[in-house]
Amino acid sequence: MIEFRDVTFVHQTGKTALRDVSLKVEKAEMLAVVGENGAGKTTLVKHVNGLLKPTKGTVLVDGEDTRLKSTAELSRKVGIAFQNPDHQLFSESVEAETTFALKNFGFSRELIDQRLNWALQFFGLDEYRNSSPLALSGGEKKRLTLACILAWDPEVVILDEPTVGQDAIQKEKLSGIIKMLRSTGKTTIIVSHDVEFIWPLQPRLVVMSQGRIVADGPAHTLMGDEKLLEGARVMQPQLVKLYQRLRRRPDSPFASVNDARMWITGPVGVG
Amino acid sequence: MGEIVRVENLSFRYPEAAKFAVRDFELTIKGGEIVMLAGPSGCGKSTLLRTVNGLIPHMYTGEYLGSVSVGDHKVSEARMSELAQTVGLLFQNPENQIFMFSVERDIAFGLENLAVPPDEIRARVDEAMRQLGITDLAQRAPHELSDGQKQRVALAGVIVMRPRLIILDEPTSLLDPKTAVELVELVRRLRDETGITFLIVEHRLELLVRIADRLVVMSEGKKVLDGRPEEILADERAEAYGISIPPVSRLRNQLKRDGLPLENGFGPDELAEELNRQALKR
Repeated sequence: MIEFRDVTFVHQTGKTALRDVSLKVEKAEMLAVVGENGAGKTTLVKHVNGLLKPTKGTVLVDGEDTRLKSTAELSRKVGIAFQNPDHQLFSESVEAETTFALKNFGFSRELIDQRLNWALQFFGLDEYRNSSPLALSGGEKKRLTLACILAWDPEVVILDEPTVGQDAIQKEKLSGIIKMLRSTGKTTIIVSHDVEFIWPLQPRLVVMSQGRIVADGPAHTLMGDEKLLEGARVMQPQLVKLYQRLRRRPDSPFASVNDARMWITGPVGVG
Repeated sequence: MGEIVRVENLSFRYPEAAKFAVRDFELTIKGGEIVMLAGPSGCGKSTLLRTVNGLIPHMYTGEYLGSVSVGDHKVSEARMSELAQTVGLLFQNPENQIFMFSVERDIAFGLENLAVPPDEIRARVDEAMRQLGITDLAQRAPHELSDGQKQRVALAGVIVMRPRLIILDEPTSLLDPKTAVELVELVRRLRDETGITFLIVEHRLELLVRIADRLVVMSEGKKVLDGRPEEILADERAEAYGISIPPVSRLRNQLKRDGLPLENGFGPDELAEELNRQALKR
C-alpha cells in the first residue's frame, strides 16, 4: 500500500530530515510512529500524500510514485490531520470547512449532507456548524480537522499528535475511532508522543531518531526495550514499566489496565 | 510564605454566552506552591487562568462577580502593566513567544521595554540563562533551536521578569516524553531555588503529579476536587469528571477496590514494589 525505498529528504535550509528510510505499510495495518522532537516523524508522513517529495529514493502509494502524482490526487486516498490545526483550517464556517474537500472530490449533494451530519455529530461539533473554525477551542479545532478527513473516507488516515489538548473523554473517543478504522480495513498511521494512548492500541511501532528509523516491530516487543526508547527520547508506557518490575509476571506485558488487574488478582497473581 | 492568589466567589460569563464559564469559584494558592489544574475541555480552565493574569476583565469583558487578587493587586483594579510584572505566562507553543535574532536578546526584550538599566538587564539575563541551563545558547538564533530548547528560552523570558507567579498552559503537550520530564524537573528546581509559585494546566497527569503540591479539578466552571495529587488520583470521582487518570493509578484504584491492601502512590515502580512485597508474603 505504502512503500518508502531508501528515502532521503533534505529541506531547502540544507537540513537533512530523513536519512535512507525504508518502510513498507500494508493495507489495513495500524502504525504508530514515535521518536524525539525533530526526529523526522512529520516529514515522514508528509511524504505519504505527496506534500513533500523525496530528495533521493522513492515513495510509492498503491504502487504509484508520489513524484508523478499531485497532492490533490493523493489526498483522495490519504487524509492527514496535522498537529497544528491552525495550519489546516481556513473556511468561514465549520460546515464549509467540513464539506470543502467533499465538494472538491465531486461528491453528490446528498452524500455531502449525509457525511457532514455524521462527522459533526460524531465529533460533538454540531452546535458550531455555523461558527468560524477560528472561534473553536484548541481541542475542538483538532476534532474538526479529524471530522473533515474522516468525512471523505480516505483509505489511509494519518493522525499527527491527535491527543494534544484532548481530555480523557475525547481521547477515549479517539481511541474508539482508531479501532473502528482498523476494523473497517483502513490503513492508519499515528504520530504521537503520547505512549499511554498508543500502548493499548497495540500497533506496529516505528521508532525514529535523527531522521532514521531505528526500530520497527510490534509495540509489545519494542516498548519493552528501555535502551532503544531512551535513545529516541521515548518513555515506556506505565503498564510496561510495571510489568518489567514485577518479580512474578505473565509471558508478555499487560495490554490494558484490565489485563493487569485480571492477572494480578487471578490464581497465579499476587493478590 | 503568604498567599499569592486568592479567588473569592468568582463567576464569569462571556458576553452573549448562555452559561457562566466559571462559577462560584474559590481558590487560594500559597507562595511557592506548584498547583496543577485539570479538567475536561470546556470546563473553564482557560477562563480561570485569564482571570488570574488579568486578561479578564481587562481585555475580555463580560459579567464578572466576586474578586481575584494576585500578590498585592486586586486584578480587576490593577493596571495590566502591574499585573504583567507579577504574573508570567508561558504558552503551549514557544513559537508564539520567541521572536528576536538571538536567545539573549529575546530574553532581554521584556526588561528593555521596562527601561531597566543595561547593567541590570545583563545581570538578570545571565542569571535567567544560568537558571535554565541555556547559557551556551546565548548567541544562537531561536529558530535554530530544538523544541525543548525553545521552551526553555521562552521560560527564561518569563523568569527574567521576576514574576511571583508563573502560569504554564499545557507546557509539555508539544514535547517528546523525555523532554517533557526534563521540563517538569526544571519547574520543580526553579520553584525550590526561587520560591516562584506555579499554576499549571496539563492533561498529561502522569508527568506532573510528582512535582505538584496540589491538584485542582474543574468541571462545568466549578472547582470539584482540590487536594494532594495522590489523594485526587485515588478519588473515584476524578475519572467521572473526565480527567485522564494515568493507567497505573487506575490499576491501583481498581486493585484496592478488589481488596488488595495498597497505599496511595504514583507510578509503576511504587506499585511493582508493593505487589512484589505482597507476593513474598504468600
